[in-house]
Amino acid sequence: MGAPRKRSHSLWKGKSRVNPKPIIPTLPLHLMVWPGLLLILVFNYGPILGLVMAFQKFYPARGFLGSEWIGWTNFEYVFKLPDFKRALWNTLYIAVLKLVGHQVVSISIALLINEAAKVIFRRAVQTLIYLPHFLSWVILSGILIDILSPSTGIVNDVITFFGFEPIFFLADNRWFPSVIILSDIWKDFGFGTIVYFAAILSINPALYEAASIDGATRWQKVRHVTLPGMLPIVVLLATLSLGKVLNAGFDQIFNLYSPITYRSGDIIDTLVYRVGLEQAQFSVAAAVGLFKSAISFIMICASYVLAYRYANYRIF
Amino acid sequence: MRNYKLRAGAMFDAANYIFLSLVALLCLLPLVQIVAISLSSSAAAEANLVKLWPVDFNWTAYDYAAHKPEFIRSLGISVIRIILGVGMSMFITILVAFPLSKESNRFRTRTLYVWLFVFVMLFHGGLIPTYMIIKMVGLTNTIWALVVPEAVAVFNIVLLLNFYRAVPKELEEAGFIDGAGYWKSLWVIYVPLSMPAIATLILFSAVGHWNAWFDGMIYLKKVDQYPLSTYLRTVVLASNVDLSSTTDAKLIAELSSRTLKAAQIFLGALPILLVYPFLQRFFVKGIVLGSVKE
Repeated sequence: MGAPRKRSHSLWKGKSRVNPKPIIPTLPLHLMVWPGLLLILVFNYGPILGLVMAFQKFYPARGFLGSEWIGWTNFEYVFKLPDFKRALWNTLYIAVLKLVGHQVVSISIALLINEAAKVIFRRAVQTLIYLPHFLSWVILSGILIDILSPSTGIVNDVITFFGFEPIFFLADNRWFPSVIILSDIWKDFGFGTIVYFAAILSINPALYEAASIDGATRWQKVRHVTLPGMLPIVVLLATLSLGKVLNAGFDQIFNLYSPITYRSGDIIDTLVYRVGLEQAQFSVAAAVGLFKSAISFIMICASYVLAYRYANYRIF
Repeated sequence: MRNYKLRAGAMFDAANYIFLSLVALLCLLPLVQIVAISLSSSAAAEANLVKLWPVDFNWTAYDYAAHKPEFIRSLGISVIRIILGVGMSMFITILVAFPLSKESNRFRTRTLYVWLFVFVMLFHGGLIPTYMIIKMVGLTNTIWALVVPEAVAVFNIVLLLNFYRAVPKELEEAGFIDGAGYWKSLWVIYVPLSMPAIATLILFSAVGHWNAWFDGMIYLKKVDQYPLSTYLRTVVLASNVDLSSTTDAKLIAELSSRTLKAAQIFLGALPILLVYPFLQRFFVKGIVLGSVKE
């Protein structure tokens, strides 16, 4: 058993006489990375390379290497497609309205919770408002379809009670985008509220005391202490949300839309799914996907650069 | 004047409490209504008599769901999926986060590895190429299609990596002097000290696997391979009756009643509700965990 020990000693890098500080061999560190690395090479970098299919007439049987190359033809086809323009527009405005709505509602509710003095009340409200955040859109769309139903839904019960006609929320293009945007805000505003409320709580209480001594009213304290205090985190989250301008919420829309509401609710992701996996036009769908990935990539990088420069935020 | 201000303040307070209570109720009531429907008689539910309290209270819908083979089978698949998925994902996360938490001057290749992992968060191949790769690797129609492609969760790796960094370096150095290598250092020092973070990630990963439905839908051909969320989607879509007017009568005749759907939806949400107190506690911590950096 003497020999291996000697060998393990020689694994220490560096010339021990010159540099007496021993360096532990880093091979185990590489070994720890490799399983995960192998998986992302196959399942993340594999598809990135697979994007070449957007420039091919791709047949699964021939694979990425055997399919015929056709240059930008798929993109030319996609950009002429009326469905694509419609989906792009829907994606943009639904995503932007969601992002803005989330910010406004979360900030408002966080401010209001901060104004409520009772700690138990604060906690109870916080507990309830981010319950929907953890439920999947399958569950929530099941609930939404039931409560928005024109015949048996509780929402339409209220509407008909006041003498109005029942509204076909999920089958009417005038209402569908509002349902999508509002229900998404309903699901996730709790998350933003928690973040903003945490930001409010971290404001130095001495600032409020100073404001009181100067005779500031409650509103003035909100205006001049709380809002400036939470501004950095507001700016940070707004910046980071730039990367999501093409994410209008696939899970939600896919479970709520129907051919009737394609006009107002079809987004890029649902279009990719239908064209690619239902109609098996793989290359066309991959071209649409590449368009989305490329724009998202630029937006995400820009948001990280901005967040780093102006809020000193970094992921590492 | 002062009196007036005080009264205005009190009125604002009252309005504020009422408003926030309504907002909080708004998040709870839809769920309450689903429970009320599921516990009512199907006649009452179909006749739209149920509001927020069960009418003709009974457990029939739950009894039926609990004996429905599709429901039980998909529940079992979901459990297996969670065990395999969380186990694999956590093993990878714990391993990968450790080398990446080291300083670049101690571990030269770190920068390259970090970029390889971070790039994955920035650029996606998208649905179609991912589907093709998973098909080519031969994972489709096996449970591994739901587990393996998602095993590397870069965001979790970043969270855990930041947690590892908070562990005092002196502990590891003491370990090295006592003859430990990196492998031992990870399992004897870092993992035990990071248990709070690891527990959080396990919980969130499990919730993620429970909620995931899309991968099951596209990678599995047969309905009897579906995990619960994917199966529930078929149930939920079937309840879409008032949208597809042409086949209404036929669908209604074929489908189970509104109460049964409500019961299954609630059962799908139940595990989340049960772990919710923990989720909520870890959630706030998780935000801190992700945001505090040196």
